[in-house]
Amino acid sequence: MAHYQPPAQGKASQLIDVIVLVVLTVGALFVPIWLRMAGASKSVTAPVANPTWESLNQNAAQAAKYEALGFTPESAHDLILSRFDYSFSIGALVTMIAVILLYYFLILRFSEVEYREVISEKFGE
Amino acid sequence: MTEVDITSKTMDGIGPHGVKVGLLRVLGPAHVWALGVGIVLVGEYMGWNFAVGKGGAYAALIACWFAGILYTCVAMIDSEVTSTVASAGGQYTQAKHIVGPLMAFNVGLYLVFAYTMLEAANAITAGYLVSVVATMTGHEGELNQRPFIILVIMFLAWLNYRGVLATLTFNLVITAFAFAAILILFLSTSGIIGAGIMDHAALFEGHALPYGWIGILASLHFGLWFYLGIEGTTQAAEEVRSPARALPFGTLAGIMTLLIAATLTWYVCSGVLPWEFLGDGVNGSVAPLFDTARLSGSAGLVWLLGFGTLFATLASANGCINDASRAWFAMGRDKYLPGWFGAVHPKYRTPYRAIVFLVPIALIFALGAPLDQVITFSILSGLLGYTFMPLNIILFRRKWPLNSIKRGYEHPFHPLPAIMLLSLCGVTFFAVFLGYGTQLVAMIGFYIVVSLWFHFWRYRFVNRGAQFTMPWPKPQGY
Repeated sequence: MAHYQPPAQGKASQLIDVIVLVVLTVGALFVPIWLRMAGASKSVTAPVANPTWESLNQNAAQAAKYEALGFTPESAHDLILSRFDYSFSIGALVTMIAVILLYYFLILRFSEVEYREVISEKFGE
Repeated sequence: MTEVDITSKTMDGIGPHGVKVGLLRVLGPAHVWALGVGIVLVGEYMGWNFAVGKGGAYAALIACWFAGILYTCVAMIDSEVTSTVASAGGQYTQAKHIVGPLMAFNVGLYLVFAYTMLEAANAITAGYLVSVVATMTGHEGELNQRPFIILVIMFLAWLNYRGVLATLTFNLVITAFAFAAILILFLSTSGIIGAGIMDHAALFEGHALPYGWIGILASLHFGLWFYLGIEGTTQAAEEVRSPARALPFGTLAGIMTLLIAATLTWYVCSGVLPWEFLGDGVNGSVAPLFDTARLSGSAGLVWLLGFGTLFATLASANGCINDASRAWFAMGRDKYLPGWFGAVHPKYRTPYRAIVFLVPIALIFALGAPLDQVITFSILSGLLGYTFMPLNIILFRRKWPLNSIKRGYEHPFHPLPAIMLLSLCGVTFFAVFLGYGTQLVAMIGFYIVVSLWFHFWRYRFVNRGAQFTMPWPKPQGY
């Protein structure tokens, strides 16, 4: 294989490449947060009026620990009763699996093409 | 008879293109251990407890052990491959030689983001800890944590800039202190020394598995936090005196240390703190070992674990800066990123431009995102990297069978660890999907876009054959 001679990259072009990467990175990580679509938020589905340790399903040992940490039944109410919702749709699960498989298929295929060039130039045909 | 003996005196430590110049080779196995455990041990001091919140205390223990199996596979596979790759970049350099350039570019980004996000999480925790100590010592009102977050990142970046030996010797000392603090807390609270305060049976009563079996799956997401970063030992490959011996030894000793520390941490914290408080790392227990010490009634333990938490966060952030900058530097040196980043400091022999460039990136996330989100971003990047490793070792063994390159370490039972690792990664993807599916899809969408950017634009600036820098024979099948 003929030796590939890469073009020289100017400083402005290098700077643009860095900016593109940083913008994409910050976007990928912060856009879900800004759109409030990020993370599993917990919620209290069955609040208890005038809570006591008993009504919050805490035995004597558990209540003693909360009190040692400075909590009262009122201040510990949301902390104790908040729960995640693990329900999901099959469609969303299939979409996630498809996106992951597409991603690995893409990079493995393109990598193989590039790798053959590397080996060919390094070791000769 | 093997064609290439990478463990021989003449070849051990040979750098890119068969030369011995590059980063300074000054590190031993203890530094490798300190780098790996130092990055990870903070996972015992904060963050792992989100696993309790996702499924309860028992679920977190099961997740801890399944994640332990996952990381044992990672350590075994990594030790074999990296014992032959004496070059900065770790898994990035492995991918470049074994799978191909685009995979390497992706793996390099996984490493940079996993470590930079972990560094940001450490700085957030250090800021929180300073505010708690300020309150305990009489400060009134809410302390602004931001100056301390900035100070932590800037100080450690400066330390990394000045030299790797001082950086990792500093890590060795503070990591050993943080590990000893966990052991002392366990001995003091379990009844082995003095009166025990453990009450697992009473604290678990009525709350054994609050979400049922799906909670165990969900817990696996944050179960990774017990060990995330141990694979970073490979980043020191270009700065270790004997990579073929020191890297496997340091990495495997590191995962054994962490398995002990993780189990002890779960045992101590779950026996003292109620699971709802322990499992909420934002409104409940941000630093669970420190909170456990607070409930022990011993002022000595409170100070010990306070310093332990602070040292663990500093050691981790320190190691993260070290690793992220090596990966960024290695990509710059290969022109996968602008070549400006591939410079070595003329006096300190460190990748100083990469170190400085990543400081503001870490600050953006440390100052702008909540802790659980930052941790999730780090875990996601790590998870994508672990999914690459089974593919990597299968291709490594196929392209360079055991009789073609003599390794410093050969992991047993191949391909069982690879299959197990791939299966556990699949389960963990599902665990992340249970609640953080949007981030997962957003992050993979990002990697697809940057992969297309790399393949169709950036790769034109990369030398083809010159990327292959290891003194290996031609791979079989090419």
